Amino acid sequence: MSRKVYMILSLLLIGSFALTACATPATQAPPAATEAPAQPAATSAPAQPAATSAPAEKVTVNWWHISTKDPGLTDWQKMADDYMASHPNVDIKITVLENEAFKTKLTTVMQSEEPPDIFQSWGGGGMNQQIDAGLLKDITSDLDADGGAWRNSFAPGALAVYSYQGKNYGVPWDMGMVGWWYNKDLFTKAGIANPPTTWTDFVADVKALKSAGITPICLGEGDKWPGMHMWSYLATRIGGQPAFEAAASRTGSFTDAAFVQAGDKLKELMALDPFQAGYLGATHDEMQAAFGNSKCAMELSGQWAPSVEAANSVDKKGVANLGLFNFPAIEGGTGDVSDVIGGGNGFAIGKNASPEAIDFVKYLTSAANQTIIAQHGTGIPVVKGAEAGLTDPNLQAVQKAATGAKYFQLYYDQYLPPAMGSALNDAVQTIFAGTATPEQAAQAIEDSAKENLK
Amino acid sequence: MKAAEARSDNLTSYPRARSTRRVQDYITIVLFLAPAFILFLVFLVYPILRSIYFSMFVWNGLGPAVKFVGLGNFLRILTDKVFIRAVLDCVFIVALSLAVQLPLALGLAIMVGRDLPGRAIFRTIFFLPYVLSEVITAIIWMGLFSADPSRGLINALWVLIPGVQPQNFLSDIHQVLACVFVVLTWKYFGLYTLLFLAGLQNIPKEIEEAALIDGANRWQLTRHVTVPLLSGTIRTAVYLSVLGSLTQFTLVWVMTRGGPVNASEFMATYMYRYAFVRFMLGYGSAVALVMLLICLIFSIAYLRLARQPDYLGGV
Repeated sequence: MSRKVYMILSLLLIGSFALTACATPATQAPPAATEAPAQPAATSAPAQPAATSAPAEKVTVNWWHISTKDPGLTDWQKMADDYMASHPNVDIKITVLENEAFKTKLTTVMQSEEPPDIFQSWGGGGMNQQIDAGLLKDITSDLDADGGAWRNSFAPGALAVYSYQGKNYGVPWDMGMVGWWYNKDLFTKAGIANPPTTWTDFVADVKALKSAGITPICLGEGDKWPGMHMWSYLATRIGGQPAFEAAASRTGSFTDAAFVQAGDKLKELMALDPFQAGYLGATHDEMQAAFGNSKCAMELSGQWAPSVEAANSVDKKGVANLGLFNFPAIEGGTGDVSDVIGGGNGFAIGKNASPEAIDFVKYLTSAANQTIIAQHGTGIPVVKGAEAGLTDPNLQAVQKAATGAKYFQLYYDQYLPPAMGSALNDAVQTIFAGTATPEQAAQAIEDSAKENLK
Repeated sequence: MKAAEARSDNLTSYPRARSTRRVQDYITIVLFLAPAFILFLVFLVYPILRSIYFSMFVWNGLGPAVKFVGLGNFLRILTDKVFIRAVLDCVFIVALSLAVQLPLALGLAIMVGRDLPGRAIFRTIFFLPYVLSEVITAIIWMGLFSADPSRGLINALWVLIPGVQPQNFLSDIHQVLACVFVVLTWKYFGLYTLLFLAGLQNIPKEIEEAALIDGANRWQLTRHVTVPLLSGTIRTAVYLSVLGSLTQFTLVWVMTRGGPVNASEFMATYMYRYAFVRFMLGYGSAVALVMLLICLIFSIAYLRLARQPDYLGGV
C-alpha cells in the first residue's frame, strides 16, 4: 500500500518536471509596502527610538528599463540619482533587463497584478492588452494638468502611440523609423554613387555589391523581426496605407495581393543570395556586429542601428561612413516612398504608480533630459526643444524621415496583438527559410488574424 | 477475528498509554512530512491544477480567464503540424541518446573504471561539461558553431579541408537538430559515465575474477558479466535520458529558439513559444499538460515493463 503511494508520489514528482518550465519563475518579491512599518501603540516608547525620526513618507518607485548598454545605462542611472538627490523621500529602484528577458519577466509580474510603476513599452497591441486587463494607470489628467503643459511638450504622433481609446497610459521618450543603413565606403567600392530609390535600382545595387565580392545585406533572421520589417516594408510600398489598414480592420485580408506580392519580392531578392552566411539563425546582435565590422554593406534597422552596430563591433566604433536611405519605391506600388514603418521607446505607467512615480517620468521626459538622450544618441527626442541636442547627422536623418512621413506605421508586429505579431514573425521566417511559399505565409498570417483581430 | 479481539482486549487494558503514543507518532510523522509536503503542494500540485484549469481557456495572461473553449486547445495541439514535429524531434533525440550517449558513457566508464593510469583526471574531464550551466554550454557552442569561419572554431577547422564551403550548422534547417544532439551528448555523457562508474563499483571483484579464471576474455567478461550486473544502473540511465530528452528546454532555447522555422522544435520550446512569446497562456498550459501526460505514460509504462530481476539493486 505505502509502496504504491510512494510510487504515485514519485511519479507525480517526476512527471511534474515537464511542467516546471511553465511554472512561474521566481520573481523578486514585490517591495514591501512603501509606508514606514506600522508601529504598535508606543507603550514602551524608549525601546523604539527610530520610529519618530522619519521626516517625510518614504516612497519607492520601481522602474524597469532595457538600456543595458552605455550611454543609455549611465544616463538613466544619473537621472534617477539626480531626482533622488532633490527628492530625498523618493527611492527609485531600477531594474535593468535585456529586451527578451524583460518581456518574459514583465508577463510574470503582470499575472500577479504587480506591474512595475514605470516600465519600458512600445505601445501598440501589447500595451492595449495590458490596458484591457486594467494593469496600467490612466495618466490623461496628469498630462492635461497646468493647461496641458506636459502633453504639449510632446510630438503628438509619438504620444499617440501610448494612448488607447482616447486615454493616455504612458509617454514616449524616443521615436524613430526603420530604414536601410548602409556603409558608404563599401558602396563606393562597388561603384555605387547614390543609394537606390527604386526597387529596380536596389536590385541592381545588390548585384553590383555581389560582383564586387561584398555581402550586400546583413540579416538577423534568427530573431525573426528583422526580416519581418523587410516584408512589411515591401507590403507597405506595394499596397500603401489602405492595404494594411483594411487587413488589420478586417475589411480586407492578409491574403490580399499586396501581402502575397511582398513575399514574391522577397523571393526575388533572396534569389540573388544577398545575405551573410547563416543569416537564418543569426540574432539581431549578430547582424549588428557583422554590419558594424563592415562585413556587409546594408542592414534594415531602426534608429538604434548607429549605436548598436558600434557597440557590437570589434573596435566599438562601427561603420566609419554610415548613411541612411528610405526603403526604395516599388514600381507600380501605391505606397509612397516617404511612408515609414517605425516605432520607438516609451514608458508605461503601472496601475500602482504613485504620484511621485509620475512626477519622475515627467522629469525623465523634460526637455533637458531629452536633450541628453539626443546628444548621446540613445534615442530620437520626442519633446519639443530637445531636437537641438541631435547632432548626429544619421539621427537627424531619421528624425527628418520620421516627421516627413505622410503615413507613419507602428511596426506591424507591435501594432498587432502579441499572439498575432509573433505568428507574423514566424510566417515571414518561413519565406526566408524557403519552407513556405509567399501564399502559404500570407495564409498563415491571415489565419492568425482571424483568431486575434475582431 | 480472534486475533483482533485479543488485540482489542490488549488495547483496553492500556488504553491511555497506547493512544498517547499513537498520537505522538502521528504528530511526529506529520511534522516531519509537513515542510516537504507543503512545498510539494504549493509549487507542484497547485500549479498543475491551475494549468488544468487554464488549459480550457483562451487566455493571454492578463486579467481573469473568461473565454472558455473546453478541450479545444487540446484538439488544436494534436492537429498542429509543428507540435507533431516537436514530438518527433524529441523522439529522434531520445532514440539517438539511447543509441549513442549511453553506449559511449558505458564504454568510457568501463575504460576509466578499470586500471587506466590517470583515471581520476579522465573522470574529472568527462564530468566537467555536466557541471557547466546549460546557458553557458549553449553560448559556448553557439560560438563554436558560428557560420563565419573567422568566428567559429569548427568552421575554421572545416575550411582547412581544401574545396569545402563553411557550414551553416545552427542556421541550417537540415543540420540544426544534429548539432543540438552533439551538444546534448557532450553535456550529458559525463553524468551517465558517473552513474555507470558508481554501478561498476558495486560489482564484486570476485565475480569478475571467477569469470576470468573460467577463461573469459575481456569482451566476454564485459558482455556476459559486467553489463548484466549493471542492468539496474542502465535502466536508471535510460529512464533519466528519455525523460531528459522529452523535457529538454534551456539548451535548445538559448541556442536555436527551436528554429530556424521549427527545425529544432522540442515540446518544451513549443510550449514556451506559445505561453511566453505569443502569450497564449491557455494554449501553453494545455501543451504543458500534454507533455506531462506523455512523460507520465512513459514513466508508468517503463517502470512496469522494465521491472526485471535486479541482481544487485542497481544504484
